[in-house]
Amino acid sequence: MAALSEDAPAPLEIRGLRKSFNGVDAVAGIDFALARGECFALLGPNGAGKTTTLKLLLGLSVPDAGDIRLCGRAIPVEARQARRHVGVVPQNDNLDPDFTVTENLLVFGRYFGMSAAAVRSRIPELLEFAGLAGRASEKISALSGGMKRRLALARALVGDPELLVLDEPTTGLDPQARHLIWERLKQLVALGKTVLLTTHFMDEAERLANRIAIMDGGRIVVQGPPREVIARNIEPQVVEVYGDNVVGWAQREAARHASRFEISGETAFCYADDPRALLESLQHQPALRYLHRPANLEDVFLKLTGRELRD
Amino acid sequence: MNPDHYRLPELSLRFVSVWRRNFLVWRKLAIPSILGNLADPLLYVIGLGFGLGMLVREVQGVSYITFLATGIVCQSTMNSATFEALYSAYSRLATQRTWEAILNAPVSLDDIVLAELVWAASKSVLSGAAILLVICLFGLSDAWASLWVLPIIFLIGLAFAALGLCVTALAPSYDFFMYYFTLFITPMMLLSGVFFPVEQLPPAVQAVAVLLPLNHAVELVRPLLLGRTPDDILLHFAVLLGVTLVGYHVALVLCRRRMIK
Repeated sequence: MAALSEDAPAPLEIRGLRKSFNGVDAVAGIDFALARGECFALLGPNGAGKTTTLKLLLGLSVPDAGDIRLCGRAIPVEARQARRHVGVVPQNDNLDPDFTVTENLLVFGRYFGMSAAAVRSRIPELLEFAGLAGRASEKISALSGGMKRRLALARALVGDPELLVLDEPTTGLDPQARHLIWERLKQLVALGKTVLLTTHFMDEAERLANRIAIMDGGRIVVQGPPREVIARNIEPQVVEVYGDNVVGWAQREAARHASRFEISGETAFCYADDPRALLESLQHQPALRYLHRPANLEDVFLKLTGRELRD
Repeated sequence: MNPDHYRLPELSLRFVSVWRRNFLVWRKLAIPSILGNLADPLLYVIGLGFGLGMLVREVQGVSYITFLATGIVCQSTMNSATFEALYSAYSRLATQRTWEAILNAPVSLDDIVLAELVWAASKSVLSGAAILLVICLFGLSDAWASLWVLPIIFLIGLAFAALGLCVTALAPSYDFFMYYFTLFITPMMLLSGVFFPVEQLPPAVQAVAVLLPLNHAVELVRPLLLGRTPDDILLHFAVLLGVTLVGYHVALVLCRRRMIK
């Protein structure tokens, strides 16, 4: 996979991007930029505007306002040319069911203007990378969900892109399949590729991303490196308390010893800079179980976007 | 309303990669597909040609089976292009999301719709050519005239593919296509001089019939296959070409509205 020259333009710059559908803002003025070789994760609940943002930056939706430059090209005017340098793994499986694994890659390579010989020479490497070696002539219907997703990843790499865009790459996969995708994405970043992904798995973002942006209601509510976002937006220690009558306990004790607490069902989430007094209080409550842990991205996410369901 | 949806198509050879995708799928099922192309119209020619031919004997100075077969060439081309532009293209657009996948590559919707247009027309040439072959084998026309007709068959395929793609771009589901067949394709087949001369129709109906693109196709192809020179050649060409160009642009605008929100 070829190295990039030093003066190549930034993979993606977005400024003041807006898009509404029927008067409802899907994207309500966002700014972010990707540096070459980083992995950037867009987080957000359903309907936050993540997929719309991806469609806009690929030129598959026309913005109401704002500037997008993708691999140095103005979007949407030069979107087609820009996509020559971008690989996309879509949220919905849209592999070609009429073709084998190899044919899927061959046909997709042709869309990138590559000769059959050029694609063929890349196929063993791509299949190896996707963990699909030995399945070259398999029909798509014979592949598991994880294999299909990996083939979609291999397909996105056919044109040797600078930037890889993945829309919820591990949704619906089992843990083994997720870990393999994460492994591969880390390898790609190590090779100097830039990766932009959307997810609502916080552990995925925390593990993979150099930087994250949390979207809600079409806006970016916070962005930065995951550790920094956590440090800046939430108390460092969390005590989760479960059990009967946790509400009564929380209202008496957590209110005094934690800087903040939230009740969700049978669980009290207590946030504190120093949790010692809380833990001490819990020693006298044998009926309550608890988990003491450092704050993570999910805590920040829930704090900023709320706990109510989004459908 | 997005003015960007209405801009003129950007034509490029990039469509070939998408055309080749469809060709590769077709190649896997080529034999049953060719047999299907051949069987249906052949049944018409033989069944109606011999059956009705016993009663009718001669139409416009030729045997009824010759008259019918030279019309069926056009009708079969129309059907083949229409089916491909409706059902198959809709599968790729909506069911399999093939277009969506292709749009993530450096290919535009203009390229995809052009590829579908040319592909449906290419497939229809096979249907048309299959009937031409039968006509030659039956000795109803000579082989050289048939070769002349092939490019016209392709143009007929383009025109009906373009119309079909407009319908596909609007379709919410496969069921929608029944309207197009019932309200447009079937009446056109009956009114365009495939089975009997348009002159048999009442004058008011004739006035409508002359507007139908299939009628113009038949007016070009039948005389050529009978070794005659068609009347109003330029008019017929202009109609078929016009339907192709306008239909392609309208289909593209509708597809842009559907896919690029």
